Amino acid sequence: MILTKRLVLDILKPHHPDILEFARTIAARGAGYQVKIKVLEIDENTETLEVIIEGNNIEFELITSSIKEMGASLHSIDGVDVVNISDTESAIRD
Amino acid sequence: MGFLSQFRQLINISRSHTIARRYLVVNGFDGALTTLGLLIGFYFNNVTDLKVSITACLGAAIALGMSGFSSAYVSEAAERRQEYEKLQDAMVTDMSGSTHEKARRWVPLIIAAVNGLSPMLISLIIIVPLWLTQNGYPIPLGAIETAIGLAFGIIFLLGVFLSNVSGRFWLISGLQTLAIALLTSFFIYLVV
Repeated sequence: MILTKRLVLDILKPHHPDILEFARTIAARGAGYQVKIKVLEIDENTETLEVIIEGNNIEFELITSSIKEMGASLHSIDGVDVVNISDTESAIRD
Repeated sequence: MGFLSQFRQLINISRSHTIARRYLVVNGFDGALTTLGLLIGFYFNNVTDLKVSITACLGAAIALGMSGFSSAYVSEAAERRQEYEKLQDAMVTDMSGSTHEKARRWVPLIIAAVNGLSPMLISLIIIVPLWLTQNGYPIPLGAIETAIGLAFGIIFLLGVFLSNVSGRFWLISGLQTLAIALLTSFFIYLVV
């Protein structure tokens, strides 16, 4: 079973919601999600962010739908940590 | 996501709560002052027919409600559309389905409802003593007199509500709006 443990995303978003609300909304998508955001650039209407999401099994589709819902757009995936766990470990987790 | 949290998100993202609060007070004040003006007119002209008074106040309440709703909707919809298009240009992406796009559609309606309902509901509350008296529940102080007192009370409370926003002392703020109501009544007294 393949699990995504960490994602590094380059995101462009409007000023609202602010980064605290943005991080909270993403974190609310999964128990144990840890979200770190760094503002890289601020323009008149937008800001560019580096968003790092860590978790036991990150659901990428849920994250992207949250990002779109908040009016932001995903520019690129700049980093990933993925693991392949054994079937036994997977069964224990399930 | 529940209706309330979605509603809160729309209001937060569009930063509309201050506009809605402003409209609530401004148009609520309009409603209270207009109804007070009518009641003062009835009082000084000794209009005793409550049906006439109620119908006139009701007509004013509906007109204020419709005027508040339509004017706010037209101006807010234009503002939101312009804001959304500017944001979409800056984002260089299709924002349909986003909270911003939902806010563009729903926030003008929410603000229009606040702007329309606040004067209408305040006017309706003020004329409750007239309704009660007409329906066989007489008020010792007199229907028109009680309604006038109620109007002054509501205008004072609107001032108190404003003090929460501005951080001023509630009594000063309440007395300030009350003074405006008294001045309005004096002007009406001069012309009737």
